[in-house]
Amino acid sequence: MNEATSEAMKEVTKTSAVGAISIRGIGKTFKTGKTTFRALENIDLEVGANEFVTILGPSGCGKSTLLRIVAGLEESNEGVADVDGDTIVGPGADRGMVFQGYTLFPWLTVRQNIEYGPKLKGVSILERRAISNRYLRITRLEEFASRFPKQLSGGMKQRVAIARALANGPKVLLLDEPFGALDAQTKLEMQEALLDVWEKEKTTVLFITHDIDEAIFLSQRIVVMAAGPGRILKEFPVTLPAERTPEVREHPEFLKLRRELAGLLRHKEL
Amino acid sequence: MSKSMWTLELPTAAAKAQAVGTKARKRHAMQIFEDIPKRGFGITATVSFLVMLAIWSILSYGQLVNPIFLPTPDKVLVSLIDQLSTSLYWHHIGISIFRVSSGFVLACILAIPIGLFAGTYRYAEAFVEPPMEFIRYMPAVAFIPLIMVWAGIGEWAKILLIFTGCFFQLVLMVAADTRLVSKDLVQASFTLGASRWQAIQTVIIPAVQPRLLNTLRLMLGWAWTYLLVAELVAANSGLGYAIMKAQRFLNTEQIFVGIIVIGLLGLISDRIFAFLNRRLYPWA
Repeated sequence: MNEATSEAMKEVTKTSAVGAISIRGIGKTFKTGKTTFRALENIDLEVGANEFVTILGPSGCGKSTLLRIVAGLEESNEGVADVDGDTIVGPGADRGMVFQGYTLFPWLTVRQNIEYGPKLKGVSILERRAISNRYLRITRLEEFASRFPKQLSGGMKQRVAIARALANGPKVLLLDEPFGALDAQTKLEMQEALLDVWEKEKTTVLFITHDIDEAIFLSQRIVVMAAGPGRILKEFPVTLPAERTPEVREHPEFLKLRRELAGLLRHKEL
Repeated sequence: MSKSMWTLELPTAAAKAQAVGTKARKRHAMQIFEDIPKRGFGITATVSFLVMLAIWSILSYGQLVNPIFLPTPDKVLVSLIDQLSTSLYWHHIGISIFRVSSGFVLACILAIPIGLFAGTYRYAEAFVEPPMEFIRYMPAVAFIPLIMVWAGIGEWAKILLIFTGCFFQLVLMVAADTRLVSKDLVQASFTLGASRWQAIQTVIIPAVQPRLLNTLRLMLGWAWTYLLVAELVAANSGLGYAIMKAQRFLNTEQIFVGIIVIGLLGLISDRIFAFLNRRLYPWA
């Protein structure tokens, strides 16, 4: 039992730096009837292994579409995207995703949701238990293991969604406005929880949001996108201390960056 | 009957208002879409049955209608007990249940996989649904002469009619249920490494079940209707036949008994489905 547990731990703990995303010349056009909509235009973006990058932009700038292309849920018309050199052709277990809407499987308990990916892979029940225990602990959900999703609050549902994505041991974690539907207080808690998880897991994270504070608080680098057609406007490195405590929000650098980003987004929306 | 059963309780607000001498405003008991207490529902439902019984009693005991057309409730009750104490009637009930179940189960076995398939893939939808829509509008009853030519007037003829009545509808309804499964859930499974087949197995099939069970519940009601049609046309056993025979002798009590027994059987099967739904899918 103990041996199996440590074996499972080894399997889910990554040692080497993997999960570099490379997006080159991606373009996407949506056609509905006679009207065409240019969602993305010539997107180039490199995300390093273990990096936390946020894409910030107004609604309609194509940021979600870009993320869905990386996830393999959407096809691009031009360009290529790859993870560690493997060209993305469809969705796969190497790219875990957390959606804005709640996408837990309602017929599975919290633990079964977390074990879903490993179970598909044919991981033995003992190892699965070890994996779910680990992620229940990391996301502080241990006491809710046997609940059904409908018995959870919005914040807890997203915790489970993150745990479920991580339990699969993905190279990169893609988050599409995961905290968009949560109330302000829960949102802050979830941001801290996510950073906590990222510290422990050190997986590559590509995070989508339209919330400036959220982008600054979470990321190492912010990529700002603009609409019509969706394109990358500018990149900002976030030079805040690596340890992000709530006090970081008062940091002069934080405020300066926020001013800059707000100005940029305001002009672009006009 | 307590008053609070009918009105939403706002004791403090009302009491306060009265103490201060202002007008106490009560919420109306009939609120659009709002839930009501369980007891309120039960009593109202009982009242509705009693009203039906009262109208029946007035019309029959008051001799407002010829007793040959409308027998009195007590005569029907006596006849019901009478009939249910004969083994022949239980034979009728048994054979009717057998026919309904056979036709219904047969329709389910074929329609559910086809419906799931048509609901999952657009090409399957294009292949399956237009012809089904076409056939669906042909009344199943119109098939009776054809079915008699094909299957004679034996058991298969009845089962086949029920099957015909249910199958085409069921395929379309199962396909509609399947399309209601959240696309996000399917995509989530893909990002967790599911293949298309695994997504069908681990997402679509579990997700569709509560709605599917509800569809089957509706369909079973239709199956009973087609059974009656089949038994009224050509049979020498079954509840429909019993009703037919009673009509020949102008025995309206027995017609009523037949109708009530079918109603009760429908109610029982309906309750079983409702119970299963609660029991099997507590997560829904």
